[in-house]
Amino acid sequence: MNFIHFDVNKCILCRECIEKCPFNALCMGKNGIEVNDACRMCSVCVKVCSAEAISFEQKAGVVDKSEWNGILVYIEQDHGDIHPVAFELIGEAHRLAAIVGFDVYAVIVGADGTENNAEKLIAYGVKKVFVYEHKGFYGFKADCYTDAVSDCIAMLKPSVVLIGATSVGRSLSPRLSTRFHTGLTADCTKLLMSENTDLIQIRPAFGGNIMAQILVEDSRPQFATVRYKVMERAEKIENPVGEVVRCNVTDYLAQSRIKVCGIKSIHRKKMIEEEEILVVAGRGVKDEKGLNLVKGLAENLGGQLCFTRPMIESGLGDTAHQIGLSGRTVKPKLIITCGVSGAIQFSSCMNGSECIIAINNDPNSQIFNIAHYCIVDNLYEIVPRLLERIQTQKEA
Amino acid sequence: MKIIVCIKQVPATMKVEVDAESGTLKRIGQNAKTNPYDLYAIEAALRIREQVGGSVTALTMGPQQTEEMMRDAYMMGVDEAVVMSDPKFAGSDVLATSFTLFQGIRLLGGADLIICGKQTTDGDTAQIGPAIAEHMGIPHVAWVSNIERVTTDLISVIQKTGSFIQESEMKFPCLITVDKDIFVPRLPSYRLGLATANKNIRFISFKDLSDKNMTRYGLIGSPTKVEKMFQPESSDGQEYINGTSIEKADSIFELLKNQKII
Ligand SMILES: Cc1cc2nc3c(=O)[nH]c(=O)nc-3n(C[C@H](O)[C@H](O)[C@H](O)COP(=O)(O)OP(=O)(O)OC[C@H]3O[C@@H](n4cnc5c(N)ncnc54)[C@H](O)[C@@H]3O)c2cc1C
Ligand SMILES: Nc1ncnc2c1ncn2[C@@H]1O[C@H](COP(=O)(O)O)[C@@H](O)[C@H]1O
Repeated sequence: MNFIHFDVNKCILCRECIEKCPFNALCMGKNGIEVNDACRMCSVCVKVCSAEAISFEQKAGVVDKSEWNGILVYIEQDHGDIHPVAFELIGEAHRLAAIVGFDVYAVIVGADGTENNAEKLIAYGVKKVFVYEHKGFYGFKADCYTDAVSDCIAMLKPSVVLIGATSVGRSLSPRLSTRFHTGLTADCTKLLMSENTDLIQIRPAFGGNIMAQILVEDSRPQFATVRYKVMERAEKIENPVGEVVRCNVTDYLAQSRIKVCGIKSIHRKKMIEEEEILVVAGRGVKDEKGLNLVKGLAENLGGQLCFTRPMIESGLGDTAHQIGLSGRTVKPKLIITCGVSGAIQFSSCMNGSECIIAINNDPNSQIFNIAHYCIVDNLYEIVPRLLERIQTQKEA
Repeated sequence: MKIIVCIKQVPATMKVEVDAESGTLKRIGQNAKTNPYDLYAIEAALRIREQVGGSVTALTMGPQQTEEMMRDAYMMGVDEAVVMSDPKFAGSDVLATSFTLFQGIRLLGGADLIICGKQTTDGDTAQIGPAIAEHMGIPHVAWVSNIERVTTDLISVIQKTGSFIQESEMKFPCLITVDKDIFVPRLPSYRLGLATANKNIRFISFKDLSDKNMTRYGLIGSPTKVEKMFQPESSDGQEYINGTSIEKADSIFELLKNQKII
């Protein structure tokens, strides 16, 4: 891998990089520092070079695909817990891996407790979980997290790397794909595997009006991010045989130029992605009275109320309660839409729901193309009656 | 303090259709506007300049017709507007776009702080910012929702990570991408418009850049290839519930009861 660039005009030949390289990948050559195949692109040399003579330089070039095998899943930790998207990525990785006979691996980076979380993944049929645990990884720091995952990728050479399209995943993945000079497809909604190990990545484009099918034919690894609640969660398997591999983390690897000053939990209800039952208010909900009706329905069903974009824009909440392309993707057991027209930017982010009930007084509205149960009627007639029945049932 | 804001022109409407026969895109409407998320980036840059002094440069890569967007940027108060435009840049994906912008930033003499929007409404990837940071070898924080403190040598920002919020501090040079609602973007000012009417927009093309390796720009420098575009399918298995309003409501009730939801 010839990714490291030495600026001979800046290098003062102090040998610091040679000494600090954890993999003995550097040596003094005829024309200055040289790098060999042991390099893991962990960027320790970049960090220790006082002359700033070392940088990463990505070069385009066709790789030998047969050297890149397996699927690596990045396991995000949400301050101590495994982010549930990780289990969905493992599920998807297994499905894709089966087609071409790949193994599924995982990499997890973090501070204390990371190895404990890694153990939990074995039950899901992961062959190896690579653990980078160090107190320097406390919080999320895009730069040194990139270094750690790069270290794992350079060692394992996976064909595919799957990362959750969370705020953390979307911050990490572009750095990784840039460092390896390869392609990254954001927010994939569907993944397929070709016989030749090319990953077929499908995602909405142009605000969801069109689906784009994207390939990375000449580079490896193939990076894809996938939103939470899009893929099927992995099942536990019987007699798992995977192992946890604790990777060597030097202080240099965990060194960051981002200082975490504080982490606060946001006191919160469940995120709408985690809810099993959702009621959505669209612009058909025109007033306070309507709002109270749908709110009452959500509460009585033990779910949450969320909104279409125009409703959020008119001040009814934050984007964390907006379903759609510029909001959240949800996949609850039940979703009841009230006065929602069902524009593609909305419906493409909830049409994976198990049961969709749509209430809209316009028989031609698009929501009826995706609803499982269609009620063409005035929501101000339907919802009060429904509420009344639910409440009497509860009292009984 | 030198701040560079990366902004992009996007189609004013997202209405596109695929021609069923040829499989190519039929774009309806040619109007363009500034990516709405980038207005927050400009606003953040201007506020930082007001606080610690310095200059704000707006940078874009795109077709020549970005003049209007750059005039708007001048009218908001940026000091310099730079457009990177060249047929060789066409067809760039994330890697090639971020590399080109990195080359542009380098040509401009670098920056203490680079600010990007959270995402674009057409690309919608939120990847360009972090990718630029990686090319430059500088740290970044994405989706910043609040700027806590900024001095001449460091910035402290708030970002949401999972179900927590994290406050992070970085020394310059660094990059941030800002979330919507960080500030309310100011409107273009008529007065500034008059004052900057004769101000130049600087154009940069391929031949100006120091790295002239063609394999890193445009379509050739883009590892991702869009194989095809298609209209999303609609699902089936539907049932219309009929009757009077009361009967319909009762049917939903029975349905929910059968599914053990109530
Ligand atoms: C790039 C882009 C991203 C977008 N992202 C999102 C997004 O994330 N989320 C999102 O929601 N939208 C998004 N949109 C906007 C989207 O295209 C639609 O404009 C929006 O979803 C419409 O919201 P609505 O259904 O509430 O309103 P409308 O389209 O106005 O629909 C209201 C519906 O209510 C019905 N109605 C009226 N009165 C009653 C009544 N008394 N009883 C029953 N029904 C009634 C009407 O028949 C109508 O169908 C995006 C658009 C773009 C271009
Ligand atoms: N062509 C471009 N020129 C300048 N800035 C861009 C360009 N494309 C993307 N950006 C910046 O990167 C951010 C994220 O874009 P994207 O990755 O396309 O969602 C935008 O909000 C802009 O700040």
